[in-house]
Amino acid sequence: MSGEVSGFLAGVFVAVLPLLAAGFWLGRRTARPRNSLGGLGTPVEHATFQTLHTATLAAPPLRAGLTEETARRSAKRLRTLLGTDALCLTDHESVLAWEGVGEHHRAEIMERLGGPLETGRGEAFRLTCDIIDCPVRWAVVAPLTVDDRVHGALVACAPRESAVLVRAAGEVARWVSVQLELADLDQSRTRLIEAEIKALRAQISPHFIFNSLAVIASFVRTDPERARELLLEFADFTRYSFRRHGDFTTLADELHAIDHYLALVRARFGDRLSVTLQIAPEVLPVTLPFLCLQPLVENAVKHGLEGRTDKSHISITAQDAGAEALVVIEDDGVGMEPEVLRRILAGESSPSGGIGLSNVDERLRQVYGDDRGLVIETAVGAGMKITARLPKYQPGVHPDGGIPRA
Amino acid sequence: MNDTYAVPAVALVVVATVFVGAFGLRISRTTSDFYVASRTVGPRLNAAAISGEYLSAASFLGIAGLVLVQGPDMLWYPVGYTAGYLVLLLFVAAPLRRSGAYTLPDFAEARLASKTVRRLAGAFVVGVGWLYLLPQLQGAGLTLNVLTDAPEWLGGVIVAVVVCATVAAGGMRSITFVQAFQYWLKLTALLVPALFLVLAWQGDGGPRHAFDEPAEFREQRVVRVDETVDLKLASPLTVTVSGTIDGRRHDDRRIDLPVGTHRIDRGTRLTFTKGDTVPVADRATNGGMSTSLAAGREERPLYATYGLILATFLGTMGLPHVVVRFYTSPHGVAARRTTVVVLGLIGAFYLLPPVYGALGRLYAPDLALTGDADAAVLLLPDRMIGGLGGDLLGALVAGGAFAAFLSTASGLTMAVAGVLTQDVLPARGVRHFRLGTVLAMAVPLAASGLVGGLPVADAVGLAFAVSASSFCPLLVLGIWWRRLTPPGAAAGMLVGGGSALLAVAATMAGYPGTGTLHALLAWPALWSVPLAFLTMVLVSLATPGKVPAETPAILARFHLPEELVGGRTRAATKEIELWRR
Repeated sequence: MSGEVSGFLAGVFVAVLPLLAAGFWLGRRTARPRNSLGGLGTPVEHATFQTLHTATLAAPPLRAGLTEETARRSAKRLRTLLGTDALCLTDHESVLAWEGVGEHHRAEIMERLGGPLETGRGEAFRLTCDIIDCPVRWAVVAPLTVDDRVHGALVACAPRESAVLVRAAGEVARWVSVQLELADLDQSRTRLIEAEIKALRAQISPHFIFNSLAVIASFVRTDPERARELLLEFADFTRYSFRRHGDFTTLADELHAIDHYLALVRARFGDRLSVTLQIAPEVLPVTLPFLCLQPLVENAVKHGLEGRTDKSHISITAQDAGAEALVVIEDDGVGMEPEVLRRILAGESSPSGGIGLSNVDERLRQVYGDDRGLVIETAVGAGMKITARLPKYQPGVHPDGGIPRA
Repeated sequence: MNDTYAVPAVALVVVATVFVGAFGLRISRTTSDFYVASRTVGPRLNAAAISGEYLSAASFLGIAGLVLVQGPDMLWYPVGYTAGYLVLLLFVAAPLRRSGAYTLPDFAEARLASKTVRRLAGAFVVGVGWLYLLPQLQGAGLTLNVLTDAPEWLGGVIVAVVVCATVAAGGMRSITFVQAFQYWLKLTALLVPALFLVLAWQGDGGPRHAFDEPAEFREQRVVRVDETVDLKLASPLTVTVSGTIDGRRHDDRRIDLPVGTHRIDRGTRLTFTKGDTVPVADRATNGGMSTSLAAGREERPLYATYGLILATFLGTMGLPHVVVRFYTSPHGVAARRTTVVVLGLIGAFYLLPPVYGALGRLYAPDLALTGDADAAVLLLPDRMIGGLGGDLLGALVAGGAFAAFLSTASGLTMAVAGVLTQDVLPARGVRHFRLGTVLAMAVPLAASGLVGGLPVADAVGLAFAVSASSFCPLLVLGIWWRRLTPPGAAAGMLVGGGSALLAVAATMAGYPGTGTLHALLAWPALWSVPLAFLTMVLVSLATPGKVPAETPAILARFHLPEELVGGRTRAATKEIELWRR
């Protein structure tokens, strides 16, 4: 008997859980400041608040620019704001959205818009209509301008002429223009970030090219076979780092490039450099910004061998950690004063030669967000341990893709 | 059962799992082996890992139990569990891999660019994961109970603690190797005893009447009833009773029971003689295992069978721990090859549980009476072979069973904890992942204490039904239909998955027990899957303006082989866009 009761309880429990979750979600969605309306004092204050609130609601769609979709979504709010019978938003060619009555005037309005769209000046005119009791007889046009260029027009229609409406439509059009300007600004900011990432895109250091060629040259007579192999490694590595398409690569490809790089470095330093690797095969398909680990390895090689003649050891590990891959690059070299490192990462001072940690750190932050920058543990004489956390999935990040839109 | 060998075997599996999970296979390589180290996981290894994670308590114990109680009808379970991968292979595997998504919520976001749909998918991952974890814990409890007479909850708690400890202590390192090993362990643990059992069966003269209705005892057997049950007798039965039947005490007396339902109190011992038919516990009122869903099946066998087929065929693609494994494949073609190998490996495995079920019907038919049918696999070696050999084989099976619980439970816990950490709990970080792990395990553990009634294979079937009604439409339409919109996807998942979830909850609560409604609720897939597809299509068609702008590019990436992509995708996308105009 108790089995049945507990079974029933469990069933109720399982049934209630999703309901609770849905309720919680709904509650959070609907918890808008609207309910604080009752606390407002005078009717004037109330009206002010209402207007501001409507304006705020109309703003977000317009921030994505003037398209049919955004116009449709904002037109409703804008009509509420103006209190007219009909309102429409147009671009140069057509009516993007018509909100309210009298939609049969679409074509007529577009015909009459030529002038205002050309001059960028507002206008008001009577509408001609065959329908006897047509609710809209008169229209006011207010152009939408961004940086002195006309992008479209806001048209408010009313049954009769009204000076107030002319003024109000002008103000609303100016407000919409500001939103569109902000949208423009957003776009240029995205472009700027893209350009920045493109500029940041790592390039192999000239020193490395000179050194590699010198090493290869030194083998040409003594060990031609080795020289040939190294030349091929060099070709592979440069092909990878000079490739043009895509801003992302897979961990497997990046590790291959590091392999070629290390082959060249070891040809130069011989036994002085030893490297261990621990790579979980599960994380090899992870996508990451192009050439963002190789600079870290280059850095480790440099620090590991700097100012010493005995052996240096570098370890590279890539672990599987649930939804992300954990890449750790560690050397036992001279290390660095943490304060110096902080200044380098902040971009206040540039490290001597090579493309530094700050470049990689910045790109990781751009792509994955600020909490996915490099974590570096170091002290003078204590080596350096660099940890990068790469999420297995990030919207917009795939091997052939461009930079994700912010 | 003699537990001299079984307990060490289980302990060995547990310790090995903890050890490998905590320390991983620490293989350090020097640069000369760089190429080897950076080689991706091959289809065969990955397929063994997927199979290892997939073959759960339901496969290892449940199928044999159901075949034992209900006969060959239940073979649809292994067929469905395997065929699910065929559907996955045909419609989902390669595009899913090419989408770059790691989890199902990732896929929803990649395809529909909507945080809301992502969260909804996350909620269903948690729901399906919990439903699937529940029978794993129950199976562990049952196994330990059969082996050592430990209380039913102990096995579940052990599995929960071990899984939480390994997952929270830094995840399962080298998880692919561990899971692949688990597959071969499970296969061995069923295959070797099965060979011996078949030999013993041959030595016994190879009786072939396993599925002659009804089953009968092959020798004199004493059955102890642990839980009070109602026996429904189709024909009169003469049996020696010591205990209470229908409220009257009998002391080792031979009595005749007429046709009808008889209540047998717990602790009663029934002694059957050779040739007696095996009575079956009444489905509706018995509180033990192997009950409730069978009632619906008996009334509407055709409906129930199709419901099961649809749920298992379409549900596999939505199992969170299976999807995650596909990320390990280096590209879409490898994902397809992996699925083909999975089909082979799983197909081979599923030949074995029905053997146990059939032999169980011959040699341990009393399990159907006491409601411990799920234990058939564990008890058969002892019953048929006995002695040291039987004990050793029993220990092997027990070890394999625990491997099944641990591998599936850890995979599911990782998937659920990942979603909880990423999409539900507020901030990110390692500590939160631990919290997510504990939460992922605590809820099914608590529920397993409350819900005792379902056989493991049926409970897993319910998880499949929810998955088939929520993720199957999302994946299939998301990959193959360009007009899918975020509101459509959200509505479809809510309506289909939500109604399936409610039906499952009602079934688990034992409501309404019998009748057509019960059949509908116990096998929801047949109506909830079409409902989900229909909702998704209709709502998407009603919101044409909401089709994500990037859809052509995304679908091109899903369907084009990787070699073509990279520089050329954009041209292809442009062509598609032109073509659409």
